[in-house]
Amino acid sequence: MAQLDVREKLEILADAAKYDASCASSGTAKRDSAGASAGIGSTEGMGICHAYAPDGRCISLLKILLTNSCIFDCHYCINRKSSNVRRARFTAREVVDLTLAFYRRNYIEGLFLSSGIIRSSDYTMEQIVEVARSLREDHQFRGYIHLKTIPDADPALIAAAGRHADRISINIELPTAAGLRRLAPEKSDETIRDAMAGMRDAIEEGADARRRYRSAPRFAPAGQSTQMIVGADAANDRAIMATASGLYDRFGLRRVYYSAFSPIPDASAILPLRRPPLLREHRLYQSDWMMRFYGYRPAEVAEATDEQGMLPLDIDPKLAWALKAREHFPVDVNRAPRELLLRVPGLGVKAVDAILASRRWRRLSLADVGRLSRSIAKLRPFIVTSDWRPTALVDRIDLKARVAGQLELFG
Amino acid sequence: MTHRVILSRPDDVDGWRDAARAAALADVAPDALLWAVEGEGDDLFGGTSDPLPAVARPPFVVPKRFLDLAGHVALHRDPERFALLYAMLCRLRDDPAVIDDQADPLRRRLESLAGEVRRDIHKMRAFVRFRELDGAYVAWFEPDHHVVRANAGFFQRRFATMRWSILTPGLSIHWDGETLREGPGAVRADAPAGDPVEALWKGYYASIFNPARLKVGTMLKEMPRKYWANMPETALIPRLVAGAQARETRMVERIVPGGNAIKAWEALRDEAAHCTRCGLYRCATQTVFGEGPVDADIMIVGEQPGDQEDLAGKPFVGPAGRMLDRAFEEAGLDRSRAYVTNAVKHFKFEPRGKRRIHSKPNAGEIKACRWWIDQERAIIAPKRIVMLGTTAIHSLMGKALTLSSQRGQALTLPDGTAALATVHPSFLLRMPDRDRAEEEYALFVKDLKAAVV
Repeated sequence: MAQLDVREKLEILADAAKYDASCASSGTAKRDSAGASAGIGSTEGMGICHAYAPDGRCISLLKILLTNSCIFDCHYCINRKSSNVRRARFTAREVVDLTLAFYRRNYIEGLFLSSGIIRSSDYTMEQIVEVARSLREDHQFRGYIHLKTIPDADPALIAAAGRHADRISINIELPTAAGLRRLAPEKSDETIRDAMAGMRDAIEEGADARRRYRSAPRFAPAGQSTQMIVGADAANDRAIMATASGLYDRFGLRRVYYSAFSPIPDASAILPLRRPPLLREHRLYQSDWMMRFYGYRPAEVAEATDEQGMLPLDIDPKLAWALKAREHFPVDVNRAPRELLLRVPGLGVKAVDAILASRRWRRLSLADVGRLSRSIAKLRPFIVTSDWRPTALVDRIDLKARVAGQLELFG
Repeated sequence: MTHRVILSRPDDVDGWRDAARAAALADVAPDALLWAVEGEGDDLFGGTSDPLPAVARPPFVVPKRFLDLAGHVALHRDPERFALLYAMLCRLRDDPAVIDDQADPLRRRLESLAGEVRRDIHKMRAFVRFRELDGAYVAWFEPDHHVVRANAGFFQRRFATMRWSILTPGLSIHWDGETLREGPGAVRADAPAGDPVEALWKGYYASIFNPARLKVGTMLKEMPRKYWANMPETALIPRLVAGAQARETRMVERIVPGGNAIKAWEALRDEAAHCTRCGLYRCATQTVFGEGPVDADIMIVGEQPGDQEDLAGKPFVGPAGRMLDRAFEEAGLDRSRAYVTNAVKHFKFEPRGKRRIHSKPNAGEIKACRWWIDQERAIIAPKRIVMLGTTAIHSLMGKALTLSSQRGQALTLPDGTAALATVHPSFLLRMPDRDRAEEEYALFVKDLKAAVV
């Protein structure tokens, strides 16, 4: 291979990393460099998106692979062994220098490092850990670090990764074990889940130790996350939601990312030629929010799907659920408990909290609710206020058509 | 009588709080107080505040939440901000519980001003771009509101060991590693280009973008054009957007069936064995996947497996299959060179005593199963597809069409593949009239002849 300069490598290795959806930099321990004699960086709880790409995605971290060479041959992956993309490899030092140069110019919150597997899982993991170690120990870097770990690497290496990183991720890759067998024949569903369970234990132990001794080292304070590819295997939305809720429950994940399969150059014939609509990914995120922030049980969210187990694309899943569960409506905004208010299509968590605070003070009218929410038109059929009661509107067959123009609640 | 309060700076939160507390204690009505900032607006009478009347009330407390709100609202560029805050303060003085009434119009107005300021603070933290200049770092930024001082601490905590300056039109702040200094406003040219790292950053920005998922609206919502002038990477956006379509097309064009078609097909068949995309898997014995050479020129698509196919796990092995074999031979086709499959891959039936009576798949089941037939087509890439009956037509044409409207013509599927439609052989088996059946069979063979490539 001809010698590549840093810019060429950066372009190849960023291009190879762009199929990972996560770029979050939030939810970690607070720290900063005030009063420090060396080093740089801070994390203050809220993540920061330093730029947005024309694909609408946030750029918060320097998201790159250490190398895009790989001994595995996963069909959905642009870096698989049989693909003939250009290969490049960074040294640990180069990644450290790039991270610091970008951070000093306020381009990024930190680093998201992943890698193709070269030589062996352990060798690759060692290289990844070395980058994080050098940033933290040699350069006193206090920004955000997200490391993607390799499921079957030595647990000692994974533990080292957790000591340096804010977040650890292990990708589940595909929502079904059958899909994984077909598209990533060298990976094992069982190994991935074992690694997630090991990570959950280590994170819990770390948090427990911190509770007892303030000086105990932190272990991945921003928790673990995972990503699954949507639309490359036969799983429908219902199956995907079931997998996701199982992952949240069993492994205490902070986030499950859904990545609509998108065409990759030099793809394997085994992949679908048609990509799923991007909206499908959006609907899955909304169903994920319903489970995590709106108190829906997984079985309830599944009620929003159609006969084929798919969420509707034309309306959001919360509205779809409400249209199917009309016996719960209308909800009286002046009396209903928080859980029921959260189920009204068009009321978000913020609006519900504002309603709860305000109604101790006054009987809420339609105009009051209008000031507290985004769109009263969408809400009207589902609520009762001091001056409004939908007359049999909830029973109308054409209700969907009447509210469908005023959609999008999660923002 | 009205009283004037002159604040020393546009972001003088402390000055506002002192004056507002004194005025509220003196019972000055909100409309009797005029707020101005030194050197701004109609400050024609010089920079002194009018003396306020004497204290007329006992001390009072306000909720901490209001002070947080005021701290943000006071940084807004809206000239009414101080007066609005004072009006709210007077109401809280009389009843602190008003803070909970979020539906109140004045409260909403203040919340929305505070929200705009918080966003401006956040965007400044996000979009400031430092350039290295002789070992120090300099940025030029144009905030919408008076947020520079309020944001200094953030940059100080983060870049404590660097020497840096943030220049804005109204105010500059400088950190030398130990103390923060303020200076007058500056111009863009004071933070000149020439930092070589910018080229690397632009290279990163262009590469991390996925052209297969263009969402310009989302980008603009979070990164409005007003910020672009001070962010080097945004110069690339027009080119990236224009090139996205071409890049995606190239990606798709480069998808070529590899040498692993057999492996791909086997893996697909194995995955299909576990399919639960519709409810039919519950009663059927097994998935009946397609069969035939993966490089076949002709693909035959039937409706769904029948009773015998369901038990055997192979398509077209029952009476209809035998009729298909015979017709193939007469039409001059080699059945062993064709790929044979069904639009729906599980047997749908109604139990009648010991028998299982075939039942037509519905639109939902056809749609759920289309995923598999699309995958089969992608791997086999047949030159011609023969659709047997209306279920196959529905699946491949994407909508319910009658056989009579499609039969006997050279059809083109939505993706451009050549196709033709004819009856399903089971239709011939069910005809009671022997003569009519013979006639129909002849027509069936004639249709199949058109499929010879």
